[in-house]
Amino acid sequence: MLALTLGLSVSTVSLAQSEVKLLNVSYDPTRELYTEFNKAFADHWQKTEKQKVTISQSHGGSGKQARSVIDGLAADVVTLALAYDIDALYEEAKLIPENWQSRLPNNSAPYTSTIVLVVRKGNPKNIKDWDDLVKPGVQVITPNPKTSGGARWNYLAAWAFAKKKYGSDEKAREFVAQLYKNVPVLDSGARGSTTTFAQREIGDVFLSWENEAFLIEKEFGAGKFDIVVPSLSILAEPPVTVVDKNVEKNGTRKVAEAYLKFLYSKEGQEIAGKNFYRPRDPEVAAKYAKVFPQVELITIDAEFGGWQKAQKEHFNDGGVFDAIYKPGT
Amino acid sequence: MRSLRKPSVIPGFGLSLGFAAFYASLIVFIPLAALFAKAFTLTWAQFWDTVLHPQALASYRLSLGAALIGASINLVFGFIVAWVLVRYNFFGKKIVDALVDLPFALPTAVAGIALTTLYAPQGWIGQWLTPLGIKVAYAPLGVVVALTFIGLPFVVRTVQPVLEELEKEIEEAAASLGANRWHTFRRILFPALLPALLTGFALSFARAVGEYGSVVFISGNMPFKTEITPLLIVTKLEQYNYAGAAALAVVLLVFSFILLLLINLLQHWSNKRAGG
Repeated sequence: MLALTLGLSVSTVSLAQSEVKLLNVSYDPTRELYTEFNKAFADHWQKTEKQKVTISQSHGGSGKQARSVIDGLAADVVTLALAYDIDALYEEAKLIPENWQSRLPNNSAPYTSTIVLVVRKGNPKNIKDWDDLVKPGVQVITPNPKTSGGARWNYLAAWAFAKKKYGSDEKAREFVAQLYKNVPVLDSGARGSTTTFAQREIGDVFLSWENEAFLIEKEFGAGKFDIVVPSLSILAEPPVTVVDKNVEKNGTRKVAEAYLKFLYSKEGQEIAGKNFYRPRDPEVAAKYAKVFPQVELITIDAEFGGWQKAQKEHFNDGGVFDAIYKPGT
Repeated sequence: MRSLRKPSVIPGFGLSLGFAAFYASLIVFIPLAALFAKAFTLTWAQFWDTVLHPQALASYRLSLGAALIGASINLVFGFIVAWVLVRYNFFGKKIVDALVDLPFALPTAVAGIALTTLYAPQGWIGQWLTPLGIKVAYAPLGVVVALTFIGLPFVVRTVQPVLEELEKEIEEAAASLGANRWHTFRRILFPALLPALLTGFALSFARAVGEYGSVVFISGNMPFKTEITPLLIVTKLEQYNYAGAAALAVVLLVFSFILLLLINLLQHWSNKRAGG
């Protein structure tokens, strides 16, 4: 009996050395990106460390994914849509340290995206920039920023444009209120809005992450939509981090850290570019310069003082977004 | 105590009562207690602020109102469907019978997307309704449509077995005693079916109040207009405001509980009347 137990425990140990498991909890549109990246990383890890790594992915709305991790989903790494949702892992459950975002280069965002305007083929309403969206008779499709993390970027991009063009927060507020008056449907998530715009043919312009705009073209066929890049947009930084409490429990810190670092490698950057995220690496970015047009990009930190502040002012209950819909305004 | 100890097929009254209590606590009471506990981490002022916010009030009106309308529609048409399925024989009856359960089996998001595809202004049905000025998708009416869809099986499946038990001979007897059709329905059939109809109505309503998945696709989610309470709960969760979300959930629960209790009382009363 003793020999059997010993034998068993020995075999688990040797198994643990030859194979390791990782869980990457991500948000919706990264499915294809991480399917490809996981394969590449598994090969890389096998080659360098002689260890087999099996990576599971989980996808869903960014906020919902963060809540699952807070409530106990044992993610080794999270790769979400906005820093606000990763902040919550610290704020609500202390799963990571407060300074998590400074642990990796570029605000812990190995790839970026931005918000673009998707219009119908031939651009019948002649939409060139943000200020065309507030014109009467133009219908804008964007998800509800109260339920969709991605939609918060859309809102803030519009705000930043108006603030720059008209010079004050007051004017920006009026502009954004006007814009949302042109929104006929507030879907609960980005995928819902995509269906509303692409399949139900509602609306003239769809505010979308650049990577998703490319995916729409791929999915619904090129030639049905045009992508309009506005004069100014926002630098969308979907950040990544190791979940410290979980990797310590799972004994996966080393491989989890290597996994995220590999996102910054030439190979990782290449995969990001191929999946329509803007690479950070200048060399790889240069290669994809034709795909991603140059555009003036503002950042959340410089323009809005970071996600915590932006969330509180604009999207929390009683914030600016709620005021837009107050009856009688 | 004697009356409780009547011999029964399942032995061990104490044991089975204990099990029932344990099981009910595990599945129902403990999660509900946790919900209430979370809601009351708020101060009273915060609690009332959350649940009496104008946006919340507008959402209760829509959620409870649409659920009531949906359940009422199901009450009438669910009864007709059950009647047809029990009393008539026709080609394809088994298939229709199986179709009734589909709303149970379909993931609600799929149901929502399918309904929106039909009722959107460009949709198969929507394109005919739009010129008439009827807006279904992205309007409160869409919420009613979705809630009617998901609630239909509850009425059909509760009424059906009772209807099967009602022998046709009773109707014949009533007729031979001089009752006309309306009389037979009102005096003979309806009282016998009423408890089942009420149960179906209550189940359909309760299911509809909490529905999220299908509604968010068809409603359009415009604040104050087409925002259901479960969506507001999700917006609270997006702000990691668990207590606020629980507070709204408590309101829905209390409303539903009161309504279900009333229906139960009504049922009790109708049973007694039928029995006496």
